[in-house]
Amino acid sequence: MATETAVADRAEPRARTKTRKPRKEGATPWWMWLSVLVICIFCLFPFYWLVNMSLKTGADLGESSLFPPHPTLKNYQSIFHNDDFVRALGNSAIISLTTTALAIVVGSFCAYALARLRFKGKFAILAIVLSITTFPAIAIAAPLFRLWSNIGIYNTLIGLIIPNLTFALPLSIYILVSFFKEIPKDLEEAALVDGATHFTAFRKVVVPLAAPGLATAAILTFIATWNEFLLAITLTSSPAARPVPAAIAFFTGSTQFEIPYGTITAASVTISIPLIILVLLFQKRIVAGLTAGAVKG
Amino acid sequence: MAEAAISTGAPRTRRSSGLSEKGLAFWMVSPSMLLIALVAAYPILYAIWLSLHEYSVRVAGLSRWAGLGNYQAAIQNSDWWTAVLTTFEFTIVSVVLELLIGLAMALAMHAAFVGQGLLRTVVLVPWAMLTVVTAILWRTIFESPQGFVNQILGTNTVWLGEEPQALIVIIIADVWKTAPFMALLILAGLQVIPGDIYEAAKVDGATVWQRFVKITLPLLTPAILVALIFRTLDALRIFDLPYVLTKGAHGTTTMSLISQQTFADNRIYGLGAAYSVLTFIVVMIVSFTYIRTVGGNIRGLAED
Repeated sequence: MATETAVADRAEPRARTKTRKPRKEGATPWWMWLSVLVICIFCLFPFYWLVNMSLKTGADLGESSLFPPHPTLKNYQSIFHNDDFVRALGNSAIISLTTTALAIVVGSFCAYALARLRFKGKFAILAIVLSITTFPAIAIAAPLFRLWSNIGIYNTLIGLIIPNLTFALPLSIYILVSFFKEIPKDLEEAALVDGATHFTAFRKVVVPLAAPGLATAAILTFIATWNEFLLAITLTSSPAARPVPAAIAFFTGSTQFEIPYGTITAASVTISIPLIILVLLFQKRIVAGLTAGAVKG
Repeated sequence: MAEAAISTGAPRTRRSSGLSEKGLAFWMVSPSMLLIALVAAYPILYAIWLSLHEYSVRVAGLSRWAGLGNYQAAIQNSDWWTAVLTTFEFTIVSVVLELLIGLAMALAMHAAFVGQGLLRTVVLVPWAMLTVVTAILWRTIFESPQGFVNQILGTNTVWLGEEPQALIVIIIADVWKTAPFMALLILAGLQVIPGDIYEAAKVDGATVWQRFVKITLPLLTPAILVALIFRTLDALRIFDLPYVLTKGAHGTTTMSLISQQTFADNRIYGLGAAYSVLTFIVVMIVSFTYIRTVGGNIRGLAED
């Protein structure tokens, strides 16, 4: 438990000891309430607007009222009766979970070696890993578009999992290295002194201690993969393999003039909810992971 | 201490497993490196290969060596340069706005002693939203009749159907989604500035503004720099927002979008691959700056 807090709170340990400014005034100044309010409205209003739209049907969708005049869940019923959407949800879940699991398992070995073992070429490996997280996805989409057709995995889930790994693996390695570095060395060294091998020390001592870090890396990798769009739209051609972001884009793309806003916004709210729950539950860890070396989620 | 512990442990390690520390490192690192070579290096090399060939539009699979012909065609194409310009306009404007809004938000969050936890959760909401959903969301806010922007401004603009309005909507959507992320990065930087520096400055009679300009900003520069370059890299790759909002119409075609449309929609593989390689080169030049900036950071991670 002690180690869990040590790792989970890694974003602000120094903040706690050094920077807390002594606060003399008792009452909260008005501008502080105001700035809290402004930030909340800035961040939350657009999402509220989406929820508002999703509860409207028919003529109500044609006017910009801030509250649905006749709130209804009809749009939600209709998207869950839409086979393509349900299928896309399943596809997204399979792609994101598989990619994340593979990236974390393979990446954690690499990250441990980079964080703890002594060998040459660490800097080069870390630089490669970091530079790949900045690759434009377009650079691999073009060749894979042709390659996948040639070898028959165009428009399949496996055809999306592989290129998602291109970004998920380096991302999880980079986050994990900084988390492994935070774990105190003493326990591991005690295990080594007791005759354990490095690998046993990794498996029995480091992995359990790193559980919060592994969870953080998994959450960030999952969110990044869930959000991936360019590969999803380029490497699929039918609802069979299309994940949610691509499916929603096709919802909107059908006609220029009659866009089914009610169902689109309902679908948008539905797929945002798992992510918002993740954020509510793991806010601290997500912030810690994001600020660890300024890695993008 | 640590060294001593390891040196007494190491010989026994070797005896019990037969695997040295370096050997173990090799086996732990190689699966990742192999995978990276397969899913990152190979596709990039294949993209370069494609970009050096011409592909028949009539006979599938027929191709011939084109040398640098595709690159020449790309550079002579004004559509490409328009896309480059649009991408840079988008990047500069949105990153600057994100920095200013993110900085303001971070300062407010740092000063707030009410609801800091709440604020951290709240600012993660736009960040966690799918980019595609962000696009839909801002379309429904701007487009009449369901949107309210025209009503408030008293205008009659077709926001996504005019230049430069369409790009403005894309910028607003991007700023909304990522300014909070910027705020979190800057907040992390703010939290490591020791409070006693401010106290000393206060005692010396420095005003709030002086303290901000002379203490906060200089000490915050490294955090801001990392956030800036990181966001720039991301903005240069922009694809989702213009794809969903305009499909590149009305002056919103970006580098990634023109590449994707050229090879996926128009099936001009050679030229499309050349566009993506050029995009890759532009992003990698900025990425190189980024890695140099955080070089100390990486070196710190690489140290024992």
